[in-house]
Amino acid sequence: MKTRFAAILSILIVALVLIAPGCKESDDTSEGGASAVDKPPIKVGAIFAITGPASFLGAPEAKTVEMFVEKLNEAGGVNGRKIEVLIKDSGARPENAISMAKQLIDEEKVLAILGPSTSGETMAIKNICQEGSTILLSCAAAESIVDPVASYVFKTPQKDSDAARRIFQTMKDMGVSKIGVVTSNDGFGMAGAGQLAKYAPEYGATIAISETYDKAETDLTGVLTKLKGEDVQGVVNWSIVPAQSLVAKNMKQIGLDVPLFQSHGFGNIKYVEAGGEAANGTIFPCGRLLVADVLPEGHPQKDVLVQYKSGYESRYNEDASTFGGHAYDAMVILVEGIKKAGSVETAKVRDAIETLQGVVGTGGVFSFSAQDHNGLDQNAFEMLTVKDGKFAVYQK
Amino acid sequence: MRLRTYYPVIAGMALIVLLHVVLRVADATYYMTQITMSAYYALVVIGLCLLMGYAGQISLGHAGFFAIGGYTSAVMTTYNLSPWSDSSWVGGLDSLGLLVRWEDLYGTEILSFSPWVAFGTAILLTGIIALIIGMPVIRLKGHYLAMATLGFGLIVYRVALGTPILGRADGISNVPPFRFIDGLQVNGRAPFRVQNYYIAWTAVIVAMVLSLNLVRSRVGRALRSIHENEEAAHSLGVNTYRYKLGTFILSALFAAMGGVLLTHYNGSIGPSEVTVMKSVRYVAIVAVGGMANLWGALIMGILLNFLSLRGVFGTFDDAVFGGILIAMMLFAPQGLLRVPELRAFSALLSRRSHG
Amino acid sequence: MNFAQVVQYAFSGITVGSIYAIVAVGFNIIYNTTGIINFAQGEFLIIGAMTAISVSRIAPLPVAILVAVVVTTALGGLIEFVFIRPVKKASVLRLIIITIGLSILIREAMLHIWDEQVRSLPYFTGTAVSSLTILGAHISPQVLWVLGASAVIVAALTLFFRYTLMGRAMRACADDSMAARLCGVNDRWMVTLSFMLSAGIGALAGCVISPVTQTQYDMGAPLAIKGFTVAIVGGLGNSMGAVAAGLFLGLLEALVVSQFAAAYKDVVAIIVLLLILVFRPSGLFTRGDVSALRTA
Repeated sequence: MKTRFAAILSILIVALVLIAPGCKESDDTSEGGASAVDKPPIKVGAIFAITGPASFLGAPEAKTVEMFVEKLNEAGGVNGRKIEVLIKDSGARPENAISMAKQLIDEEKVLAILGPSTSGETMAIKNICQEGSTILLSCAAAESIVDPVASYVFKTPQKDSDAARRIFQTMKDMGVSKIGVVTSNDGFGMAGAGQLAKYAPEYGATIAISETYDKAETDLTGVLTKLKGEDVQGVVNWSIVPAQSLVAKNMKQIGLDVPLFQSHGFGNIKYVEAGGEAANGTIFPCGRLLVADVLPEGHPQKDVLVQYKSGYESRYNEDASTFGGHAYDAMVILVEGIKKAGSVETAKVRDAIETLQGVVGTGGVFSFSAQDHNGLDQNAFEMLTVKDGKFAVYQK
Repeated sequence: MRLRTYYPVIAGMALIVLLHVVLRVADATYYMTQITMSAYYALVVIGLCLLMGYAGQISLGHAGFFAIGGYTSAVMTTYNLSPWSDSSWVGGLDSLGLLVRWEDLYGTEILSFSPWVAFGTAILLTGIIALIIGMPVIRLKGHYLAMATLGFGLIVYRVALGTPILGRADGISNVPPFRFIDGLQVNGRAPFRVQNYYIAWTAVIVAMVLSLNLVRSRVGRALRSIHENEEAAHSLGVNTYRYKLGTFILSALFAAMGGVLLTHYNGSIGPSEVTVMKSVRYVAIVAVGGMANLWGALIMGILLNFLSLRGVFGTFDDAVFGGILIAMMLFAPQGLLRVPELRAFSALLSRRSHG
Repeated sequence: MNFAQVVQYAFSGITVGSIYAIVAVGFNIIYNTTGIINFAQGEFLIIGAMTAISVSRIAPLPVAILVAVVVTTALGGLIEFVFIRPVKKASVLRLIIITIGLSILIREAMLHIWDEQVRSLPYFTGTAVSSLTILGAHISPQVLWVLGASAVIVAALTLFFRYTLMGRAMRACADDSMAARLCGVNDRWMVTLSFMLSAGIGALAGCVISPVTQTQYDMGAPLAIKGFTVAIVGGLGNSMGAVAAGLFLGLLEALVVSQFAAAYKDVVAIIVLLLILVFRPSGLFTRGDVSALRTA
């Protein structure tokens, strides 16, 4: 009898010990300590893919948010209130994102949710946030996030369609018309393939061949040989790391010497380093973060970009990427929305965000409307290229 | 049918109701979300426990069956047949009562298969696929069986990732709730939380009762004899092949059930539900619960999935399951509940007095 | 398709084929000595590459590779000692599960030690854009390094197992460990040695392929899966068979890419695996006693 009792008790204790942290496991970055602020902090949630297959998105995004919130709170917060951000790691799994979104909405009753990092996760929680009347500021790229528009759902990355159009415009100016397209099989690559196919005719370009490869592919010489066989005048690669640098290298190695266009997923100097010499000459549309230092003084984005880039690099000792920038923009938009609304009532903040115009972020200058929950257009992109292993603005 | 054998089931039902009351009092009914999701994953675990623990067959691709069930249901309930509503076959399906008209969140009118039809198709399809895959694969042993099931899981993953109609990498979202009858539906939204808590547990209880009956029956004894020593069982006239195949198909059907119900609960499904890591997690849960211990597998399944879904393990989520696998195999190959210190506890759940 | 293109595709196929073959050879070493399939084999390649990349920042490349191989070899031995030795008498199921758990733990450890960035070793000769022309096809010099390393490793292993005392002792353990022990072979240490050898080869392979495939913390599992497919297709335990099967699979994939959509490439390997398992589990290149693997 005694042993049975002891056994039950120990199991219960173990279970409680395991569950108790579950009640307060979220990453709490509220600035405690004595301050003149009496009002409770504003609760904001964040779901990022910090580990797992999309960690190159989620890890910088989470770090950016932490850094931003710390600086903001040090400066006194927003409208006199500090921000408390609860960051959760979904591992790029939509079912985890769903569970965490429900936690944030039902339990923590957050004002807004930043992220998720991937389109699949965002689409999984889009309805949940809409029905839960919680603002969602997604850092994922799919057009379907804001089309059809759900009143509470916004996204910060630039439009894939704008990227495709800028690429085609540049191609047209270069005189390149017959191209080969290679895309990865993840959501980003898929979306890109669709946009490229859609806009090619408009700019007089013909896609001679379009192939999809696995995002974790280790050798692309086979696929590129196929493109070479079609005598293409240019190659567009729409993917994320690690395939981007692989395409660049393999192209040069098999002697496919034509211009290489990448997508705005090429947003980190590390990818240039990975590609070595092969990365030189790549042309791609991108937010101006990567060339922040060489932007002319007086450019509307210059200050924000330089501040973010140097702040991130000095604090985390790693290169800033445009992906972290999407999270930065989400925070900026939220803060501007709170300021403009003058309140933290979700509906009011949402209305305020929808009327924001000319908000300077890293991805571009945002102007929202009831139909446009992305706020960016073609001009958010700058055509960049790689010269001598560094990013430079593309000159014709 | 001795009532005594169902004491644990009755105790379990009482615990479930007790938990509801506790959560209600603590004003923490939101925990039900993760509990409900874990309960649906537990269906997969129960089936896998039968396969691994009783029939002794490893499956490294069981998430594949979950996905087949979930995706079939998702596609059939979301694919909009409106563009063809004038054609004869759509008209025919409609007149048979197989289609429903509904409006999604954005006001689009959708004509798709009714969730019941989708559910039936999903289960049927899973059964057929399990039969086709199982027939050659069940003959294999050890590493070869492991590799074959791994291969199966990978194929399902590739199909899910590469097929446009299945949403490719983004999966299928906008899956409507599953209405049983008026007022009772599988739906993840907050107003239906308590209802769904009980629906999920009902499914689990049904699965447990079925499994417990199976295990205590002639079939169960045959399975255990196969697990102990297949040649001996075979020589005694046990049709080992049929029993193993049957268990394989049954465990696949349980997994598909879990897939269908969870897809409607979440409102979406994606390729992340059918990765190798997911299959490995199910194996880890069965291992830690006790290979041949249905209750252990169920408890561990609920506990581990609950914690994982709430993000308790943080960035070490996968590492926890990997660690569990190793720890279990090194220290407690019979499962956590058979370790001597916990024998007393496991005695509560079984008929034996000493565990 | 002209001749140059065919050669180009062939090179593409041979490159990936030899990568698969090296991983398979690593499996076979452990399988031959212990009958265990080590699901964590792929991780050895990645540990080797990651270590070499880190060390190459402060030391010249050959030293970095040497250090990586030594460290990984020691790690392989350690893993065997801590995780496998206590349970050697266990069922196949248990061992499979342990090695799966190991592969997950190692991968997560690498994530937390090194982070998720993609890295690569510098090219051994030349740069990212160097290209050699052979028979009309253009390839990177690193591809020749990969092919060369695979050939050397396989040749060295074959000689080792056939002609050295230690090699033959390891084979004896695979056949019948009790008999081997009676002959004075310390079979427990042979098992440790097999893990160490397998890990060392894996590390070397990881370093050689790193410039070609780039290295990321989670690349171990896909490599392992392809590696086993090749090992089984060639016949478990048959190293020459593994090489032949690797080249076969690599060329088959290149063929699929050239004639069909590249998206089907990955399904090919799985289908081949399933077909082999169902119809000829002993592998394409091994005469085998099939009855041991099936029932009824």
